[in-house]
Amino acid sequence: METIALEIDGKRVTVASGSTILAAAEKAGTDIPVLCYFEHTSSKGLCRLCVVEVEGATTMQPACVALAQNDSIIQTRSENIDRIRRTILEMLASTVDLSESPDLLEMLLDYDAVPERFQGGKQLLPDLIDDNPVFIRDYAKCVMCWRCVQVCAEDAQYAFAINFGGRGFETSIATFFGKAMPETTCVFCGQCVGVCPSGALKAKTEHLLELGALPEEIFSETRMRRKSKRRRT
Amino acid sequence: MSEAEVLDLGDLEIILSRHSSLDRQALIPVLLEAQKPYGYLSEALLLAIGQALRVPLAEIHGVIEFYTLLYNEPVGKHFIRVCTGPVCAQVGSHQILEKVSQQYIADSTTTVEEVPCLCLCDNAPAALVDEVPIGNIDRGAMGTPGELGREVGLGFIGGEERWLTKRCGSVNPEDIDDFIALEGFAALRRALEKMQPPDVIREMKASGLVGLGGAAFPTGLKWEFAANAESDTRYIVCNGDESEPGTFKDRVLMEGDPYSVLEGMTIAGYAVGAKKGYIYVRGEYPRAQKILQNAIETARRMGYLGENILGSEFTFDVELRSGAGAYICGEETALFESIEGKRGFPRLKPPYPTTHGLFDKPTAINNVETLCASAWIIANGAAAYRARGTDESPGLKLFCLSGDIVQAGVYEVPFGITIAELIELGGGFKGEPQAILLGGAAGTFVRPEDLDLVLSFEDLKKAGHSLGSGVIFVINQEHDLRSSLLSLAEFFSHESCGKCFPCRMGTQRQFEIIEKAVQGEANKADFLALDDIRYTMTNSSICGLGITAGTAIGSALELWPDVFAVDHG
Ligand SMILES: Cc1cc2nc3c(=O)[nH]c(=O)nc-3n(C[C@H](O)[C@H](O)[C@H](O)COP(=O)(O)O)c2cc1C
Ligand code: SF4
Ligand code: SF4
Ligand code: FES
Repeated sequence: METIALEIDGKRVTVASGSTILAAAEKAGTDIPVLCYFEHTSSKGLCRLCVVEVEGATTMQPACVALAQNDSIIQTRSENIDRIRRTILEMLASTVDLSESPDLLEMLLDYDAVPERFQGGKQLLPDLIDDNPVFIRDYAKCVMCWRCVQVCAEDAQYAFAINFGGRGFETSIATFFGKAMPETTCVFCGQCVGVCPSGALKAKTEHLLELGALPEEIFSETRMRRKSKRRRT
Repeated sequence: MSEAEVLDLGDLEIILSRHSSLDRQALIPVLLEAQKPYGYLSEALLLAIGQALRVPLAEIHGVIEFYTLLYNEPVGKHFIRVCTGPVCAQVGSHQILEKVSQQYIADSTTTVEEVPCLCLCDNAPAALVDEVPIGNIDRGAMGTPGELGREVGLGFIGGEERWLTKRCGSVNPEDIDDFIALEGFAALRRALEKMQPPDVIREMKASGLVGLGGAAFPTGLKWEFAANAESDTRYIVCNGDESEPGTFKDRVLMEGDPYSVLEGMTIAGYAVGAKKGYIYVRGEYPRAQKILQNAIETARRMGYLGENILGSEFTFDVELRSGAGAYICGEETALFESIEGKRGFPRLKPPYPTTHGLFDKPTAINNVETLCASAWIIANGAAAYRARGTDESPGLKLFCLSGDIVQAGVYEVPFGITIAELIELGGGFKGEPQAILLGGAAGTFVRPEDLDLVLSFEDLKKAGHSLGSGVIFVINQEHDLRSSLLSLAEFFSHESCGKCFPCRMGTQRQFEIIEKAVQGEANKADFLALDDIRYTMTNSSICGLGITAGTAIGSALELWPDVFAVDHG
């Protein structure tokens, strides 16, 4: 195996060539914040929380996708890096509900983020969608990490039930013409729920428990719905 | 689902039969074509399209939602699209939009829309009525198409020496013989008969030509990279997506000299070893598309495209692709995604297009003007090209003059002249100048005191500016600079693709703060937040849109710190 050596926050590490900066940092014991990066989906480099400074490079590098180069000298924290991370976190927290994204809440503290500075700005807080017996979709909590779309498509299930709606700031996760999940190609594998980091996608049982429902109510709710679906098809 | 039973799929079948490969890459052309006879893209229609092209419905929906020219709900048979870009906005386009909207409020056969920039800035205020570009609309005019104004022509073309525009306006763009009579295809003939592909690349490198679409990358080097990339298939792409406010030069070339664009592409194909080229033209340029489509078919018939061009071993063909309403698809990798039938999300780089471009194959993508200049260079030689301009910026360049200038239009001038000289060519300012936007929406402002600035890559870089797409947009004292800034902010928030966080949210927050500032309600903290947004977008966005989305506004705030009243309350 070919290896390269580089320096991250003053610490020297040796990694396999072809490793990302993020992987190298992990080996060096350095934590780089990530949001859209996820081990089990292909990397997209969307959130840019993971940007780092590479000496000699003209721009900041997204650690989750940029490859580590031999002899690089990398800083993972600086005033400029923090400024970017803080601003992204503030914009995100002023747009959606992060109450069930513990990692992000911690990062907000870590970077002294003040989301209130964007108060009055447009938010994305659509109503919760409860259209099937398996999971609910509460996109007011969606942090747009794309994972659900990825696992529903080529990264796992090949069901292609969900994709994007809108564009720009209004980009959302959507089904064909906004149809209810049972009317899509969804196979209810639950993979999207499993990868969602924000509480936007949640098992129906968990959702009902949180609402204070009793176990038998939960059972009858989901069973009845299942039955009604069977009857229709 | 009774709709499915009644929908007559006859028209769709005809459309599908015209496409040779029924797969994902045919999606956007099929959607654009299908909504003509069917009025809009209904569920039943999309079900049939999805089946025919084997594209999942959720993905088709995602594509339609991305592009403003695709409609999944009923729209009028006729369209009036009023430009509200910064140049049109300062001559009353919002009032025109208001008036036209009122006029058609009860008429479901006509849909009235605003477009962030139609790139008819030399004829502002402008609109697109169905497929006809209308310009110089009189604010007092009524809203019926006939009363709005007349079809605009090619527009004014200035400059003392004319290389790339010499045929524009003087030949019939539909007539290949006209083109040939004015040295047309001389470059292609020279390349095929007297040069090997590496010779062409050598000549291009010697010319010093750099890309004229904004990124200023050396063209010869780009071709060399694509030629040397390991692959059995390579592509040429001509970027005719021109959508940046203040830019209209590529439209003039495509409508005025379409064969020259094809000639440039063919030469690029020969140099790079590509058999196929795509020319991607924005959806709001129907006239340019029609002229180019005719040129492609004529050139093919006459043996200038297709197999064994001019009797040589070389085979090359060109396919025209229409954009569907998304400025971001001018970004090269977003453009590839769009041709592949997807939402126009820019890709991460590296890898670069010269190794992993269209359909993941090595691709040389060039701007329309770059390709026309390439044909000129191969016809006349690198030395002739270098005889004008500066050492580092050789040749002639098309500039787009608009706004408060006596004669707006495209001006072909040597690199190295000053802004003042260019303005003088344009007949001087209209009124007392206040600000000049240089380079485009992604450019920077300069003050009337800075007119000695030399227009070359190296001089502008030194002064902290960029040439962008060659825009010079003048705002005089009678206009409110704040409205122009708002219009720019609105443009970027409307056009951000929404992929990366800094730009998706940054362009929105930037717009909101400028909106507040225009109303005199922004305070110091808002401007500090704006600084943070700009820094974040510039330094962490995926693509050029986000990287430059705050540049012009930032430069204005630096030059005129008092442009907005600050609310200290
Ligand atoms: C948001 C955005 C929009 C762009 N629009 C265009 C365009 O309309 N036409 C164009 O030629 N280049 C455009 N570009 C630049 C292209 O990405 C690319 O650099 C260019 O087509 C390369 O051609 P050239 O080397 O001949 O300039 C755009 C870039 C960005 C980031
Ligand atoms: S719903 Fe969850 S998994 Fe899907 S994009 Fe939003 S946060 Fe990510
Ligand atoms: S910078 Fe803007 S336009 Fe470019 S990828 Fe990011 S969100 Fe999309
Ligand atoms: S974790 Fe790297 S860009 Fe999101």
